[in-house]
Amino acid sequence: MNGLLAIFKKEMANFFVSPIAYTVIGCFLIIAGFFFWANVSLLSLISLQAANDPSIASRINLTDVVIHPLVQNMSIILLFLLPLLTMRLFSEERKTGTIELLLTYPVNDFGIVFGKFMAAVVILLIMIGCTLSFAFIMLTLGSFDIGVFISSYLGLILMGSSFIAMGVFISSMTENQIVAAAISFGTALMFWVISWTSSFTGQTLGAIIHQVSIIERLDSFLKGVITLSDVTYFVFFTALFLFLSFRSIETQRWRG
Amino acid sequence: MIEVMGLTKYYGSLAAIRDVNFNVSAGEIVGFLGPNGAGKTTTMRILTCFAPATSGSVRISGIDVGEDSMAVRRSIGYLPENVPLYNWMRVRNYLEFVTRAKGVASSDRVKEIDRVSSVVGIEDVQTKLIRWLSKGYKQRLGLAQALIGDPPIIILDEPTIGLDPKQIREIRNLIKGFALNKTVILSSHILPEVSQVCSRVIIINKGVIVAEDTPENLISGSGRASRVQVTLRAPEHESKTLISGINGVSTVKTLTPLREGMLTLTVESEWGKDIRPELARSIVAKDWDLLDLRSIDVSLEDVFIDLVTEESTDVLTKENLMDREVA
Repeated sequence: MNGLLAIFKKEMANFFVSPIAYTVIGCFLIIAGFFFWANVSLLSLISLQAANDPSIASRINLTDVVIHPLVQNMSIILLFLLPLLTMRLFSEERKTGTIELLLTYPVNDFGIVFGKFMAAVVILLIMIGCTLSFAFIMLTLGSFDIGVFISSYLGLILMGSSFIAMGVFISSMTENQIVAAAISFGTALMFWVISWTSSFTGQTLGAIIHQVSIIERLDSFLKGVITLSDVTYFVFFTALFLFLSFRSIETQRWRG
Repeated sequence: MIEVMGLTKYYGSLAAIRDVNFNVSAGEIVGFLGPNGAGKTTTMRILTCFAPATSGSVRISGIDVGEDSMAVRRSIGYLPENVPLYNWMRVRNYLEFVTRAKGVASSDRVKEIDRVSSVVGIEDVQTKLIRWLSKGYKQRLGLAQALIGDPPIIILDEPTIGLDPKQIREIRNLIKGFALNKTVILSSHILPEVSQVCSRVIIINKGVIVAEDTPENLISGSGRASRVQVTLRAPEHESKTLISGINGVSTVKTLTPLREGMLTLTVESEWGKDIRPELARSIVAKDWDLLDLRSIDVSLEDVFIDLVTEESTDVLTKENLMDREVA
C-alpha cells in the first residue's frame, strides 16, 4: 500500500512538474468550453424561433440541445487526449532504465501498475470535474434533467478509465512514447468506430460487435440509463487491461 | 548471507551465466570482476530480484529469492550500472519517494533522508533538480537511494564507471565508509579499485566463474614470479651471467640493450623472494655502477588478463576442434 502511494504521488508530481497535466487539461477545457458555448448559442437561437412556433417550444430542453452533444463531444476529446496522458507512464521508465530500480524496490507489481493508473485517473477526474462549472451556468439558464447529467458524467468517467487502463498496458509494452500514444489512440478509435460495421456484417458478428463497441455502451449512459451490463463492460475492460499490464511487467522481468 | 547455487540464465538460446556458485558471508566486500558481457550485471539482476534465473537458486539471509522476493528486496540496496534516476525530480523529493517506496515509516523518513544524505555527502544539493547534478553527485545520489532503509546488503553495479579520478577516489572512500557493517557486492573492471576496496574477488568470464579468492592470493597463486628491473653500467653478457648465478633467480632478460654504457635487465625470481639486496651487493662488488633497481609488482590486472585470456583460448581450441570434427 505504501508503495502504491509512493508511485501514485510520484506520477502526480511528474504530471504537474512537467507541462503535461496543464497542457492536456487546458486543451480539454478550451475545446469543451467551445462546444458548450456553441451549444448554448444554438439553444438561444432555437429558443428565439420557438417564440414564433409553439410546436418547437415543447421539444426544446437543455438536456437534448446542450448536455447530450456536449458529453458526446467531450468523449471524443478524451479519446484524443488520454493517450497523451498514458503514453509515458511505463515507456519513459523503460527508456531511462528507472524501471530496473522500481522493480527492485519492495513494491509489488500490482502497486506499480495501479499507482500509475490512479494518477492518470485523477487527472481525468480533474478535467471532467472542471466542466461541472457548465452545470452551474446551465442552472441559471433553465432546468435540466440532473439524472441524465449524472449518468452521462458517470459514463464519461468509466470510459475514460477504460482508455487509461488500455494506455497503461500499451505503454508497458514499448519504450517509445510516440509508439505508445499512436497504438493507444488507434486501439481506442477502433473500439469507438467498430459499431459502424454492424450494419453490414452478419447477424452473429454484428451482435458481437454491438456488445464490444464503446459508443453503444456510452450511448445508454447519455440517455440516462445505467444498466449493470454497461457498468460491468467498462469495469471489466479496465480490469482486463490492468491485469495485462501486470503480466507485461512480469514478462519484462523474464526478459530481464 | 548470500548463497548462490548453480545459477544459470538463458536469454533465448544464449547463456548469459552458466552454473555460477558462490557464497558471501556477512560483512564481506566482494568484488565481481569480468570483461564486458561476462554476466556480472545478469548475476546482480538475479540477486536483486529484477530478473528470475532460468535455473539454480539464490538464498539471501536464508530466504529464497524466488519464494519471498519482497523480503529479499527489503534487505537489498541496489545501484544499477547506468544510475537511473528521475531527472525531473529534486534530490529531496526523490529521496522522499524512495523512502516511501521502500516502506520507511513516515515518522522516520526525514531522519532517514538526513542520515543517508550526510553519509554520501549530498546535503548541499537537496533542492537541486537531479537533471542539473554533476555525474559525481548523481552517483552519490544513486548510492543514497541504495542505502535508504538501511538494508544489510548493498549491490553496486560498476559504481565508479564514467567518473574522473578524483570522483572515483571519493566514491571508493564512501563505499569503504559505509561498508563497515554491511555486506557489499560490487562489480567493476577497474582492477586497482577492486583490490583496494574488496576483501575477496570473484572473476567471471563468459558466464562462468574462473577464479575466486582474496586479491593477494590471486596474485601469489597465479604462478607469476617476482620481478625486478635493474639498470647498470656493465658489459651485457658478463652481467647476465653474474645475475643468473644469484640464488633464487630464474631468468634474466634484456629489456634495453647496452646503449651509452647503460643496460636494463629484467630479473625474475621465485614468488615472495626478494633478491634485491643480494643483487645490489654483487653488482657493487664487481665495481659496476648500479643506476636503478626496482621491484615490479604483479598486479591483479595481470592475473585478470591471464585468467580471462586463458579461458578464451580454451574455448577457442574447443570450437576449433569441433569445427574440424564437423569438417
